[in-house]
Amino acid sequence: MEPLALKDHDKESRVFLARVLLAFSVAAFLMILLVVRLFYLQIIQHEVFSTLSDQNRIQVQPLPPMRGLIYDRHGELIADNSPSFHLAITPEAVVDLEELILKLNKMLNLSDREIERFRKQLARRNRAFESVPLRYKLSQKEIAKISVDLSSMPGVRVEARLVRNYPKGELMVHAIGSVRRINEKDAKSIDPIAYLGTDHVGKIGVEKYYEKDLLGEVGYQRVEIDARGRVMKILDYSLPLPGSNLHLHLDSGLQQVAFDALGNNRGAVVAIEPKTGGILAVVSKPGYDPNLFVTGIDHFSYSKLRDSESTPLFNRAIQGQYEPGSTIKPMLGLSALSAGVIDETYLVEDPGWYQLPGDERLYRDWNWKITGEGGHGKVTLDKAIYRSCNVFFYDVSVKLGIDNISRDLSLFGFGANTILDLPEAKKGLLPSRDWKKRVRGFPWYPGDTLNIGIGQGDMLVTPLQLATSVSLIANRGSWIAPRILRSGSDRIDVTKSKAPKNLDHIMSKHWVSVIKAMEKVVHRGGQGAGENGTAWASIGQYVNYRMAGKSGTAQVVGIAQDEEYNEEELDERLRKHAWFVGFAPLNEPTIAIAVIVENGGSGSEIAAPVAKAVIDFHIGKEARDSFQASGDEV
Amino acid sequence: MSADFVRQLSGSMGLKRERTLVGDVFHLDLPMVLNLILLCIFGLLILYSAVGRDPDPVLAQSLKICAGFFIMFSVAQIPPVFFMRLAPWFFFFSVVLLLITFFYGIEIKGSKRWLKIPGVISFQPSELMKLALPIMLARYLQDRHLPPKARYIFWAIVMISIPVMLIGSQPDLGTSVILISTGVFVLFVSGISWRLVFGSLAIGFALAPALWLLMREYQRQRILILLNPESDALGAGWNIIQSKTAIGSGGIFGKGLFQGTQSNLDFLPETKTDFVLAVLGEELGFSGVILLLILYSLLIWRGVILAVNAQDTFGRLVSVSIIFTFFVYVFVNIGMVSGVLPVVGVPLPFVSYGGTSVLTLFAGFGVMMSIQNHRRISL
Repeated sequence: MEPLALKDHDKESRVFLARVLLAFSVAAFLMILLVVRLFYLQIIQHEVFSTLSDQNRIQVQPLPPMRGLIYDRHGELIADNSPSFHLAITPEAVVDLEELILKLNKMLNLSDREIERFRKQLARRNRAFESVPLRYKLSQKEIAKISVDLSSMPGVRVEARLVRNYPKGELMVHAIGSVRRINEKDAKSIDPIAYLGTDHVGKIGVEKYYEKDLLGEVGYQRVEIDARGRVMKILDYSLPLPGSNLHLHLDSGLQQVAFDALGNNRGAVVAIEPKTGGILAVVSKPGYDPNLFVTGIDHFSYSKLRDSESTPLFNRAIQGQYEPGSTIKPMLGLSALSAGVIDETYLVEDPGWYQLPGDERLYRDWNWKITGEGGHGKVTLDKAIYRSCNVFFYDVSVKLGIDNISRDLSLFGFGANTILDLPEAKKGLLPSRDWKKRVRGFPWYPGDTLNIGIGQGDMLVTPLQLATSVSLIANRGSWIAPRILRSGSDRIDVTKSKAPKNLDHIMSKHWVSVIKAMEKVVHRGGQGAGENGTAWASIGQYVNYRMAGKSGTAQVVGIAQDEEYNEEELDERLRKHAWFVGFAPLNEPTIAIAVIVENGGSGSEIAAPVAKAVIDFHIGKEARDSFQASGDEV
Repeated sequence: MSADFVRQLSGSMGLKRERTLVGDVFHLDLPMVLNLILLCIFGLLILYSAVGRDPDPVLAQSLKICAGFFIMFSVAQIPPVFFMRLAPWFFFFSVVLLLITFFYGIEIKGSKRWLKIPGVISFQPSELMKLALPIMLARYLQDRHLPPKARYIFWAIVMISIPVMLIGSQPDLGTSVILISTGVFVLFVSGISWRLVFGSLAIGFALAPALWLLMREYQRQRILILLNPESDALGAGWNIIQSKTAIGSGGIFGKGLFQGTQSNLDFLPETKTDFVLAVLGEELGFSGVILLLILYSLLIWRGVILAVNAQDTFGRLVSVSIIFTFFVYVFVNIGMVSGVLPVVGVPLPFVSYGGTSVLTLFAGFGVMMSIQNHRRISL
């Protein structure tokens, strides 16, 4: 037992008092620390936290402008905007994200790419309650499927926004191009402010060239949001400025006719209104549905398009480069006449082949026979065009020489891109002495000139270039640079046109002779075999107006000299390309056209009917329109 | 510093010597009651803003405060000797309730803190312990020679550890912190030797890494988040970032009552409970927070005066530990909301929404007033 001691109350209170005072001094010190801390937060760091607080609650939301609409010449809509629905997820509202993705995967069959993209965007997110898109462009069926389960999937939303829509789908794709989703590469080159709230940018064609007009100006609204991202009130705003509407020269009806007339062939049609240079039709087949690309095409469909042997993504009309074949002959004829190396009466005896002096090689005519019965006999320029005589043009090209030929052909727009609003159109290839030396490293041989004389060898043209040059003939040498736009933008600058100067040096009578010869290509008939125009049998006898034309074929593979060309035996892919160019009506041309049917074989048999169908429609429509107009006046 | 100084001090603070109605008949302390009334009014105003000017929760809280005042009044009428006699039973009862909670408690948000008697009441027994433990320790130490001998200290530590372990396992970090600090504080003021004080401080520092290992993952997370809230700005760091933003954006005079954007737009979490101070800081700014701190400080100051004027060891120890508990509440809450202490879930007294803690606090102040105003026959 410990000794009983009296409690020392006085000492106890003293110790207690000292300890209490000490403890509460420390407490007071801690309180002062809190005050210092609050002083630091509220006064020293006030600006910083004020900004943070505003960043929390104030959000500047871009108001994307509506992209300008595109109309054809008759006011028909060929590009508009329509709502597209996508599925977005607000992760904060989701109970189990992985489970939800699994569930949605079962419903929508998500691709790995979609899920990966979703995760990437999720990681980049810098604000809570911001939704992240998982699937773009839901079909009606998918929306229905999701709607049923929407209430059991918190955090899942179906959102709508306006996206580009091409009501004519494949029909117009190569004529007006399309917009595509902005990818990482685009993001670097575009003005990020101008594209706030916009997911798409014009990537091809008219959509690309007139991008600045079509885009419009972005607006914004400053809104106060709560922590769940809900807009509480709009603080201020400026409305977006919609993009300009474009009116094009294109005629979607004509486009449709050309599209149908090409059938299942690979090929292209370009039609121009000579007076204005307005492009009436640009068809390239096969095409594709641009709407697939607007919201992002799936990998499988894309590789199918990309790897298809018939290259639907390729715009043959403005980028396809082919040998012009005999379609070049009217231009060469004009060159020879204007240079004075021949006149209308100049005669060439055509035995079916041509030989350069001192050269053993035979340059054959297309109707050459191994038996020696071929040839066109005595040939003038007139007949050389309507019968498409090669030997005559061999002779003429030798007389002209390569330097004159390449200079004069360049005046017709070959070797240059003369269209005002399609920078992506190809220039083709117009060979010259200089070019051959520079690119091939060889001097120019006389045989090269012969090849150019019949539109073969190294020379390459696009359907657009041929249509342009034919339109120039229809205009008798007055250059009006081709263009797609009719009105809606001032982006066209005629002074910057790459079109050559007018062909004033060619005399009127020369135009008349060549155009007459081209008329005979179509209309000279009933003269017996070997005397009719090359296109009379296939189209001329059915045409009830006057038109000028020229057929042509472009070689795909070189045929050896002594080999007879047998179309049936050749692989389809090795067959010649069929060309036809022309314009109508003869006296006051309203349409000039170039048609190519790849591996079609004979130009007059395969390409000419396509051209006829297009011109028929165009002229018929004009007649109907003017009838209607005069009817209105009465 | 001498006791005389404090006596003079308390005399000059107007501690009554004459018989008064409030003191000797109702056994209340007028300055403390007035201070509490001011605090509660200010607190209700802040709460009203924090709940988005919804009168219902404010009315409910007002009723609890009224009940609190009633309890305080009632407790103040009980002579302190009853607390002393009942202390072991009260402590035992509270431990039993904690044990029942341990087995049959209701789990809310992952912790088992609530005990529910269906249809009657649901409450947190840990709140009772906030009162039971200091009274028990005071009772245990008051008839020993102070400073206490080692074995008394040992048993005192056992008394602290039992409820701390039970509450820590709920888990309720905030209450554990309060109990530990109160318990340690009682031992400290009872006069344990400085050697022991510094020795245990040293051991505490040495054991800190071990404590780290003992902590649960989410508790470690809280400390890491405190050091770098931006590491998980949308997740674990959200509360602390938004709370600092709210307080800091308040500036000197705040955005105006009811004008806080952080709280009204729901960026701020738990606005009516643990983070209510951020609402005050945002809407009334530095000046508003200082006003609240002044009210708290005056109350604590008054509490210390009462404690040092208590007539016996039991009264002193009980009073001083109750007022110290109150200080810990204030300090830990403001510290965590302003981002200097980890988030441990301690309400801001008389401001945060909630019933049990208000009742305990009032009961505690009732005990202090009873000790102050029941004169014992001096030996």
